[in-house]
Formats: sequence, structure tokens, C-alpha cells
Amino acid sequence: MIQAVAPKIEKNYLNEKVGLLSWLLTTDHKRIAILYTFSITVFFFIGGFFALMMRLELLSPRNWLVSAETYNKLFTMHGIIMVWFFLIPSIPGTLGNFLIPMMVGAKDVAFPKLNLLSWYIFMLGGGVTVYALFRGGVDTGWTFYTPFSTTYSTTYVVAAAVGIFIAGFSTILTALNFIATIHSMRAPGLTWFKLPIFVWSMYANSVVLILNTPVLAITLVMLAVERIFTVGIFDPALGGDPVLFQHMFWFYSHPAVYTMVLPAMAVISEIVPAFSRKPLFGYKAVAFSSIAIAVVGFLVWGHHMFVAGESVYSALAFSFLSYCVAVPSAIKVFNWTATIHGGSVSWDTPMLYAIGFIGLFTIGGMTGLFLAALGLDVHVHDTYFVIAHFHYIMVGGSVMAFLGGVHYWWPKISGKMYPEGLARLSALIVFIGFNLTFFPQFVLGYLGMPRRYAAYPEEFQMLHVLSTAGATILGVGYVLPLCYLIWAWHYGRDATPNPWRATGLEWKSSSPPPTHNFEVTPIVTAKLPYDYEAMKEELELV
Amino acid sequence: MSDPLVLELREQFATPEQQRHTSSIGIWLFLMTEVMMFGGLFVAYTVYRFNHPQAFAQGSAEMDIVLGSINSAILLTSSLTMGLAEFSAKFGRVRLSGILLFTTILIGLAFLGIKFTEYYEHYQQHEAPGVWFNHVGPHAPEVQMFFVFYFLMTGLHAVHMSIGILLLLGLIARNMVGSFSAAYHTPITVVGLYWHFVDIVWIFLYVIFYLPGLHK
Amino acid sequence: MITNFRLWPESASSVAGGVDLLFLILLVVCTAVSVGIAAFLIYSAIRYHRKSPNELGTQTRYNIPAEVTWTVVPFIFFMAVFVWGAKLYFEIQRPPDNAMSIYVVGKQWMWKVQHLEGQREINEIHIPVGRPVKLIMTSEDVIHDFFVPAFRTKQDVLPDRYTTTWFEATTPGKYHLFCSQYCGTKHSGMIGWIYALTPVDYQRWLTQGAPEGSLASTGEKYFHQFGCANCHHFNNQGRCPDLRNLYMRPVLLTTGKTIIADDSYIREKLHDPDAQVPWGFSANVMPNFTGVVTEEQILALISYIKALGPQPGTQEPSSSGAAPAEYGTQKGIGGPGATSNAGSQVEKR
Repeated sequence: MIQAVAPKIEKNYLNEKVGLLSWLLTTDHKRIAILYTFSITVFFFIGGFFALMMRLELLSPRNWLVSAETYNKLFTMHGIIMVWFFLIPSIPGTLGNFLIPMMVGAKDVAFPKLNLLSWYIFMLGGGVTVYALFRGGVDTGWTFYTPFSTTYSTTYVVAAAVGIFIAGFSTILTALNFIATIHSMRAPGLTWFKLPIFVWSMYANSVVLILNTPVLAITLVMLAVERIFTVGIFDPALGGDPVLFQHMFWFYSHPAVYTMVLPAMAVISEIVPAFSRKPLFGYKAVAFSSIAIAVVGFLVWGHHMFVAGESVYSALAFSFLSYCVAVPSAIKVFNWTATIHGGSVSWDTPMLYAIGFIGLFTIGGMTGLFLAALGLDVHVHDTYFVIAHFHYIMVGGSVMAFLGGVHYWWPKISGKMYPEGLARLSALIVFIGFNLTFFPQFVLGYLGMPRRYAAYPEEFQMLHVLSTAGATILGVGYVLPLCYLIWAWHYGRDATPNPWRATGLEWKSSSPPPTHNFEVTPIVTAKLPYDYEAMKEELELV
Repeated sequence: MSDPLVLELREQFATPEQQRHTSSIGIWLFLMTEVMMFGGLFVAYTVYRFNHPQAFAQGSAEMDIVLGSINSAILLTSSLTMGLAEFSAKFGRVRLSGILLFTTILIGLAFLGIKFTEYYEHYQQHEAPGVWFNHVGPHAPEVQMFFVFYFLMTGLHAVHMSIGILLLLGLIARNMVGSFSAAYHTPITVVGLYWHFVDIVWIFLYVIFYLPGLHK
Repeated sequence: MITNFRLWPESASSVAGGVDLLFLILLVVCTAVSVGIAAFLIYSAIRYHRKSPNELGTQTRYNIPAEVTWTVVPFIFFMAVFVWGAKLYFEIQRPPDNAMSIYVVGKQWMWKVQHLEGQREINEIHIPVGRPVKLIMTSEDVIHDFFVPAFRTKQDVLPDRYTTTWFEATTPGKYHLFCSQYCGTKHSGMIGWIYALTPVDYQRWLTQGAPEGSLASTGEKYFHQFGCANCHHFNNQGRCPDLRNLYMRPVLLTTGKTIIADDSYIREKLHDPDAQVPWGFSANVMPNFTGVVTEEQILALISYIKALGPQPGTQEPSSSGAAPAEYGTQKGIGGPGATSNAGSQVEKR
């Protein structure tokens, strides 16, 4: 039971101060979350535009829309923008920033000024990267493989690397802030095993980011130094080892993949109990599976290099560990499903996204088993099979979860309700469009269509056309929420403090919350998390 | 006189104890990040030293072991004064603490001075990587690689030193307006941890760059 | 016009069947499990659809036996797939002893191929069916990747080192060759064809368009052209080792270690002659050939040294650096006192 129930008050974090400066100089985690939402939305649509251009180009086996040179820049910029300026900061920067302090019953994050600084650093990094794009772009692929990136590419590699380097600091500072907040800002009585799973997952996610981002930073520094001073670090002509770059890059980037999906799992782990009116099944297993993913996720990077000439024995070890890291993900899927079973299941928009997420994440995860199988990976490595696999995790997983989370907490964030019918429709459009876009790519991959091809043999065309058709539907599915959410921000009907009758601390505050989140610091007396039984009266669930 | 504890308590915290605890978590997390950042360079250095043992030994033989050793001693001394500054603040001797912080800055500057002297010598002997590099003898690209790592790693270390000196200046300024007391001196502790970390990194740099050449 | 639409790739190598079988079995199991989860999910969502606005779900929190089951069962399944996949990988990675060698050099944006018989091809490789073919590959610039979907083989091609892949075509035909590692502007143009020919057709192809001579004879030409022959006499007299009977034999180094004189070792000698110097010889004698010889010329030189012995079939090259089985028994050859490793081989003979 939470004792302090905030009454609906007139002053909230949105209207207490007005004017552009009050936003740009705010240290309120909720306003910073809004700033992030704005920025990543812009980046998402920039990255999405590049994706659409690529899909259009691939309608024909020959270059008909853009040249090979431009196509290479398109997929590189799509990757860079989506990975570093959308996927990694998306859920932590927006929902994480908004919710972690509220879920732990704090007034703000541990270091509010640092939090604002993170956003500025993020924007600076984004700015430098966008500058690189507008000056002519980068054509190395988001993976920056050497020696192509250090010696052979003639594009703006250093500028892009600097942009990502800068953005990395923003990631690190946000993660640091979250860990400190979760450790020391919890409300009285809120012990670790009473925390919402959202907080657990974000904690695991932040630990990964703290430990892997600096490795990327220093790898990019080496790359830039090599390129600027034309010295040998990774270039084999000067005694370097290009495979070392791959090791260092994937030591960062494989855990980075988990930092894109752990926050998504965090969101789903909140939506599923809330819309089933049931505690999350196997709470401790789900909590520890996040930690397990974070830890084992650091030990599997070599599975990106099975055909890169690594020894068969290290390939064996990495394959084994990759199968180990699949177990905690499987546990989560089973636990979410078991939570829905026997619940009081509503079909509101966030739940539709959550169910869609579980389905798509399952497919994404299962195809990961194909890729981790050494003998199979040899064939499907660097083909569209890989593309389809990680888009099922990152688009079918992370983006679906992000949209689900935005809808779930929209009443809390904006104080308004969104149009439910339209929202359900667009969830359906996203689901259909997504599958039509990416399922054919599994077939393409097994057929042998390599990645990053601007032109391709004719026999692949039919599947590419299907994929492009799906992408246009998916595009509609993404533009719709943008429109109706902006509409709802102004014209939606007012939301009650707890429209879904969920249990989290964030719902104890008014919608939208006051600047300091809670009128009185909440004291948690509930014995368990998601305690519907104990909160039955309070939530009017009889 | 107003209580500095209450003055310095930020609004998001409930108690000074909580604030201190949070700052401590924050700096340790930051140092974890730093360890991983330098760790990446150490790994790359190790791989290449294993691949090119002769070239790295040749490169290391060009190091000025005397200056390097002096610098190590200097930096360890600065850690001592830093530690004493924190210690005296803990006992309320804030004036003494300020003097010790200032001493730390001076020692830090001496370190950087010697470091840049070394850089200049390497530059003059055409050992700075890039267009300035000119090595006669076998393994020239690999010897250059040794110097790439030398300049990159000690350079990154020097950047950290410079940031540390700026932070120390900030501490002195705050000390002068009376922000610190026996009850509240968390910033000195935090910067102290950072400073000690930077020192420890140097010990490792000293070992990997200066000592391999001694075997010759 | 859309042509050749298909949903399943051609299978034309000895390992393709094994790969397809694992893929199909995984596909069946994973589809079954996915459909099962999805069906259960949809069933639950419908069966337990909220009936009244104030309804509460059953407040179950955990079920240890169920949770242990769905942790352990997937793990066992994963391990089974791991073992199967690993077994297949060893098969794909390890060329059989009787494989014929073809040298491949990747460069932006073409595949240059040299046959031991002297034929040269660009973006095309003619191979016989029913015979294992081992490719020894390197790159002149960036990383490429040699990918033949119909053979289910793929291997990155790296600059400054050799990687290998092998296959045995089972069906005559024309198969795609792709570069599968992004390598720059015309990456998607770095494609070619593998022509798998019947042994008869292959023999006919070999005799067509008579090349100047075998790759080894081209190598011999370079051996004189670059001045190698001036020092590497065939009589143990010079300051340099006799290269006869060197290929794939253990070499004792000045450091006391032993190394197999494989393709990579010979290549390294041209680029970094003072590293890993054989016992009895000194550094700073051999000039550095970096930038003087091309990758293709090096391959010809290796082919020549290979032809200097031992006789084909006695020992197979392995560019991965892995020691062949005979490694242990030959240890000690060329030890202290011997004028050179190759020399002791001669004495032994």
C-alpha cells in the first residue's frame, strides 16, 4: 500500500514554468524526457527516410533510383542514426528518464544537472553526425570495418566517428545517473525485490552501457587517429590487425544489441501485468534473467566473426556462450505468456503492442538460434537472414515496445488520453507492415542474397518487391501515431491519475505529475511488487 | 552561521547521508567507465606487443627512463598531497586542505611539464607518429605503432591530468568561499578518487612503455 | 521481368545437404514452438479477456516446477543444436587431404583466380565436380568475403594473411559467387560465377587457351626475376636456406621455437624477413619485398617452392597455421648443428 495519494492539482511539470528557456534549462527529469522524445523522434524519421529510400532502390535489381555510391551511404547512415541516435537512447532517454525516478518514488534522478548535460551532449553528437551526413555522408557501413574505413573510404568517416564518440558520453552519463538513482534514491520501504521489473531491466541495461560504451569510444578514437595521421593501428599494411578492430567493435556492439532490447523487455514487463491485472509471473526469474543477459552478453561477441578467420576453437566457445545467452530470453517469453494466462486481459493498445512484441521477439530470438549454429552461420552470415533477424529484434522488438510504452504512459506524460480506435488500428498496421517487410528477407537470406548490395541478381526481385511493399505499410503505421499523439497532446480528453488501474508508484501521482513527482514522499508498505490483491480497494477492483 | 550541510543539500535528496552515498556511487561508476576506456587501449597495445615484440622493444629503448621514473615519483607524491588534503578537510582543517590542493596542482603541472619535454624530444628525434616519423632500420611501421600507442595513451592520460587540475582549481575556489567543512567535503573526496585513479593509470603506462626497453 | 523465382537455394556441394538438413529440422522445431507460443498467447488473451471493468486476474506469482522446466528444456535443446552446428562447422572448415588448391586474390572489386596449372581467371572459377577444391585466398586491399550460396560456404578474405575455404561440387552447373563482406562502392558488383564441370569437360577446359606454363613455372620465373635465386642456392652454400623440401616442413627458429613452413610463413618472409629467422641464419640479410611483389606473384612463388618438394600427396598444405599430424614426429629436424632446416632434410633423404 502506498500511503500518499496525490490529489489532482492544477500546477504540473508541464505548466509550472513556460517559455522555451524553461525547457532548455530544465533539470526536471520529466521535461528532459520530453526533450529526448522530441529528438529521437526526429532521428527516427531521418533514419526511416533512409530506409525507405533503400527499399525503393531495391525494387529493381539494377540501380534505378540512386547510384551504388549513394546506396552505400544510405545504409550506413540508416544504421548509424538508428543504432546510436534512436535505438540505444530511445527507451532509456524518454521512458527511462520519465519513469525511473517516479517508479522508485524519488523527486528526481540522482544528478539532475548531469541529466540535462546528457541531452546536450546527445544533441551535439547528433549534430556532428548529421553534419557528416549533409556534407556527403559516410559509406563504411555502421560497423566501420577496417581497413576500408581507415584507409580506403573517401567519405566523412572521422566526422561520423566523432559524432558517435560524443553521443557515447551522453549514453554513459545517463546510465550512470540511472544506476545511482536506483541504488540510492528509492523511497522508504522500496526494497530491491519490490521494484518494478522495468527498473531491474533498466539497471541491467545501464550497467552494460557503462562498461561497453567506453570501449567503442576508444576504438573510434583509434580509428580516427589512424585515419587523420595515416599511422598503422588496424591497417595490415602498417603492421596492424583489421580483425582486432572487429573484436573491439563487437565487444561493444554485441552488448549494445542487448542495450537496445533490454529496455524493450523492461517496457513489456510493465505492460503485460498491468493489462492482465496480475503480478508478473516469475518475478525473480525475470529480474535475474535481465542480469544474466547483461553479464553473458559480454561474452558472445565472437559470434559475429565465425567466418572472419577466427580459430575453430574460439568459434566453438562463442557459439556455446551464444546459446547460453538465449536461455534468459526464452525465460522471459515464457513468463510473459504465463502472466497473460489466467489474467483479466484487456485489448487496449499497449497490450496489442506487447502481444505483438512477444510474437516478433520470439521469431527474432528463434532465428538467432540458426545464426549461433556454427555450420549454419557459415551460409547465412552477412546475408539478408541476418538483416531480418536483427530487425525482428530491433524493429519488431524495440520499436514495438517503445510504441507500446509511449501509449501506456501517454496519459501520465501528457495528462491526456489518445484516440483508442485509431491507436489499435495503427498497432495492427505496424504489425502487418513489419512482417511483410522483414519475413521475405529470411527467405532472401537463405537463398544467399548478401547484405549491403545496391544491385542484385534478378531471381531475388520478387521477394524484394514484397519487402518494399511491406515497408510502405510500415511507414504509414509509424506516421499515424505521430499524428494522433500530437493531436491528443492538445485535444485529447483529460486522463485520470491511474487510467489503467495499474500498481506502479508512478500512477500514485497526478496526470501529468507535479514538478517534484509526489506531493508527499511515498512510503512503500506493500510486501510484494504488482500487489493487486493488497491494492484491491484502492484501485476499486472487486 | 548557517549550517553548510543544509546549504549544500540538493533538492532531490532527503538527507546529507543520501547525497554523500549517491556521489560516491556516481564517481565509482565513472571510474568503471574509465577503466574500460583505458582497458581498450591496453588490450590493443598487448595484442600488438605480442605480434611485434622486437619492434616494441626497439621503441621502448628510445624512452627516457630517467624522466619517466622522476615523473612516476612526482605523480605518486601528488597522490599523497591529494590524500592529505582530503584528510585535513575531514578534520575541519579547510585552510590546510586548500594549501594541499594547491600543492597537488603544482605537482601535477610539474608532471605535465616533464611529459611535454619528453614529447618534444621525441618530436625532435622524429619519433612522433605520422608525417613527423622517420625511423631508420627494420620494423619501421611497427616501431611507429609503438609510438602511436605511446602518444595516444600518455596523451589521453595527460588530458585526464589536465581535467583533474581544472577540477582541483574548482575545489580551491569553493574552498575559498567556505563551502567545505568537516561535515561536508564530498567534492574533495570525489575529485580525490579521480586523481588517484589517474595516478594508477600512469603506473601501468610507465610499466608498459618505459620498462620493456631496459632488457636490451 | 521477374525470372527464376525460387524459395529454396540450389544445393550443389557435398556439405549443402548437411546444412539444409540442420536448417530444416531447426525450422520445423522453431516453427512448432513459435506457433505453440503464439497459439497459447492468443488463446489466453481471448479466453481471459476482461469481462467486467473491475475484474482482477488470478493472483498466481510463480510456479517453480514450470519455470525450471522452461529453463532446462530449452537449454538442453540449445545444446543439441550447438553440438550439431559445431560438428557441421568442422566439416565445412577442414579441407580433406586430397583437395586440389586454387589461389584466389580479392581486390576492389574483382576476384582474381590462379590455377596451379597456370590458368588465370577473373570473376570466374572453373572446377571439376566430385573433387574437393581448396581455395587459398588473400586480399590486396580491404576485407572481402568469398560466398557461394549453392555450396553453403563462406569465408572472409583478409589482407596480409591467407584464409582458406573448400568445397566439393556435386552437380555440374553455373553458380553464383558473391562478395559478402562490404568492400566499398562496387561491392554489389564484385560477383562472379563458379562453373562446376564434369571431369571430362574440366580436362577439356584445362587444355584450352594454353597458358604460358604452370603456376610453379611462373613462380620460378619470378624466383630469378626478383633475385631470390642469387642467395637461395640449391647447395646449402649461401647465407640463405636451401628452399628445396621446405614446404610444410617444421623449421627450427633462432628463438628455439619450431614453425611449419606453410604458405603464411613463406609470405611473411617476403614482408618481414627478420621475423622468425631459421636456426643457423642471421637477420638483416634478406631484403624486404613489401611493395615489390604483388599478392599474385607471392602465390606463384609459393607454388614454386611447393613444387620444390616434398612430393605432392605426402603432406597437405594448411594455411591456417594448424600443425599437421606428422608435426610431432618431425620435431628436432634442423636442430642445433644443422646448417639449415632444409639442408637436414636433404641429408635425411
